[in-house]
Amino acid sequence: MSSEITVNVCMGTGGIAAGGVQVMKAFERELEEAGVTGARLEKHCKLHKVGCRGFCARDVLVDITAGGASTTYQYVEERMVKRLVQEHIVEGRPVEEWLVGEDYHTFHDHQEKIILADLGKIDPESIDDYLAVGGYEATKKALATMSPAQVIETIKDAGLRGRGGAGFLTGVKWGFCAVCADEQKYIVCNADEGDPGAFMDRSVIEGNPHAVIEGMIIGAYAIGADTGYIYIRAEYPLAVERLKTAIAQAEQKGYLGKNICDSDFGFTLKIKLGAGAFVCGEETALIASIEGDRGMPRAKPPFPANKGLWGKPTIINNVETLATVAPIINKGPQWFASIGTETSKGTKVIALTGKIRNTGLIEIPMGMTLKEIIYDIGGGIEGDRLFKAVQTGGPSGGCIPQQYIDLPVDYEGLHSVGSMMGSGGMVVLDETDCMVSITKFFLQFTKEESCGKCVPCRIGTKRLLEILTRITEGKGEKKDLELLQTLAEDVRDSSLCGLGMSAPNPVISTLKYFRHEYEAHINEKKCPAGVCNALLTFFIRSDNCVGCGMCRRACPVDAVSGEKKKVHDIDQGLCIRCGACFDACKFSAVLKE
Amino acid sequence: MEKEVQEKLESIYRRTIARGDNIITVLQQIQNEFGYVREDAIDWFAKRADIPAAKFYGVVTFYSQFHLSPRGKNIVTVCSGTVCHVKGAPRIIDRLRGDLKLKGEAQTTADMLFTVENVNCVGACSIAPVVIVNDKVYGKQSPDKMAKNLKSYKD
Repeated sequence: MSSEITVNVCMGTGGIAAGGVQVMKAFERELEEAGVTGARLEKHCKLHKVGCRGFCARDVLVDITAGGASTTYQYVEERMVKRLVQEHIVEGRPVEEWLVGEDYHTFHDHQEKIILADLGKIDPESIDDYLAVGGYEATKKALATMSPAQVIETIKDAGLRGRGGAGFLTGVKWGFCAVCADEQKYIVCNADEGDPGAFMDRSVIEGNPHAVIEGMIIGAYAIGADTGYIYIRAEYPLAVERLKTAIAQAEQKGYLGKNICDSDFGFTLKIKLGAGAFVCGEETALIASIEGDRGMPRAKPPFPANKGLWGKPTIINNVETLATVAPIINKGPQWFASIGTETSKGTKVIALTGKIRNTGLIEIPMGMTLKEIIYDIGGGIEGDRLFKAVQTGGPSGGCIPQQYIDLPVDYEGLHSVGSMMGSGGMVVLDETDCMVSITKFFLQFTKEESCGKCVPCRIGTKRLLEILTRITEGKGEKKDLELLQTLAEDVRDSSLCGLGMSAPNPVISTLKYFRHEYEAHINEKKCPAGVCNALLTFFIRSDNCVGCGMCRRACPVDAVSGEKKKVHDIDQGLCIRCGACFDACKFSAVLKE
Repeated sequence: MEKEVQEKLESIYRRTIARGDNIITVLQQIQNEFGYVREDAIDWFAKRADIPAAKFYGVVTFYSQFHLSPRGKNIVTVCSGTVCHVKGAPRIIDRLRGDLKLKGEAQTTADMLFTVENVNCVGACSIAPVVIVNDKVYGKQSPDKMAKNLKSYKD
């Protein structure tokens, strides 16, 4: 039996927000106070910082491994640490009441982890941890035993497709660049994760930065690049820090720099901070941004693989794509191609969020159905409300209704119902979500993020938003639906880049599957989900009202009246339908209809 | 321009343009130093580096990270990602702006104590809705909870 004790504290952004730093400090303090690190107990207690393991909703998660058995605690707070150390570590009795429940295991058991396999197990700030789980073995193997062409063939045979959205075959893309005769080439990691509701790239970098770096080294070797850039959002400070640390460690150990692993191949890696523009996720816009300009896309071809950064052949890959490269080199293309569906191989990391019980980061084999994802892994809809739709692909994707719940999730499957894989965000919506309002939200986003270079996107998204706003305010007319449809199709067909081409997707998919909600807004001037305030009437239910006066004080226009401890009333003539009274009431006495 | 400011700008120049860095990096450093992108700093750099000031303004106005006016002592960032949106971020923004008496397009309070802004997504969707005050992340917020949390910054 091993006498070694390991305490793992989840310290991703989710973990830190839930108090991970305080828990970590408490463990340091309590372990020392209990004398665990001393010779008395003859135990060695290691404190690790581990990255996200996916189940952020239960943070802070702590694993205590003692005597070879690992135990996981959920919702750990600073004040609980003293008892954990005393009872579990000193006395050897796990604290039953704080352990994770059955759902923690079902959440993980249905997944298949390649990219996330080591997240939550290794310390992202330690290259030794990465090396201990086979890190940089693929680099050694590729450089010592494979030619660049063989590396490309391997990635092609594996059938790996770009995980950033478009799903283009990575090996084929590398091949385009490899045949360019230019001496100077670049490889760029696109970590400008701009989709609202997506955090896979941040989590992968925070949890296992070396995996991304290793993918870049192998990619650079394959295409013949000597310089790489990681373009990452400035809003991800922790990920940036961990990348800097990882790059410095890799340089020190000789995995970056000249003559990597005693070969002739040399590669340097730099970080470029994005300055907050969604459109920079588009390849040509990203290139403009690295060059220091406004991040505006240009027409393709020429494709960046032929003419990219500073006019040189450039390969741009997404974080997850790059993190998949080393496992493919290590285990072989057949292994990877055996997972997934006919056209979509391997696994996909998904940020599963919204009105669902178990939110978090998951990894599934391609082809798993929406139903399995939402009910088996996600644990079903929060509060037992009714499922309405699942939104995939962020602002560029669509909303998928109940009738397609058995749809297998892969590139083609999602595309066939008018949505897309995108970067892998999945937001579950329930009966209390208004589809017109959600669509308006996405158009608000794309309108603001449109770079303004091409007319269809710049003006089209603005007009689409105006129509949607009109509808949610009860000013919609019957002809608006047809106008929305044709305008959305025009914007899709005539925009310059992916942002404009996909911006109308939310409109087109909700018009197709949730037309009745639009019609209710327009014809009956009602919002069936009770979201669009302008279409609601707020009133007070007399048997629930205790006369506390909270709603009266919250009302900005003094429309609520009533004496203390007596039933209050809302003057419908004065009411501006802001919903402040509804938020303020603690007794469910304010109703909306 | 004060001598002290000029020295700071010269130091930024040596760290950036002189080493081949681009103007996005320059602007990020100016903003780190002064809290916002000062117009006189752009003028100074335009002359020093012989780059048209319009080029700087083009970049500043393109990226949401840059600010052309001074910001408050406390930066309150409300996440407006999809999940935060459906879980009530708009109501939090309304409440905070109301409490801080921010009217119209204004983002910063008259006493320069608070700036309220939103961010597309911070990727912490599992603890939505999320509000970040300076560097502290508040998860699972409601208008009431956040209004209370903000009080501690008022002293």
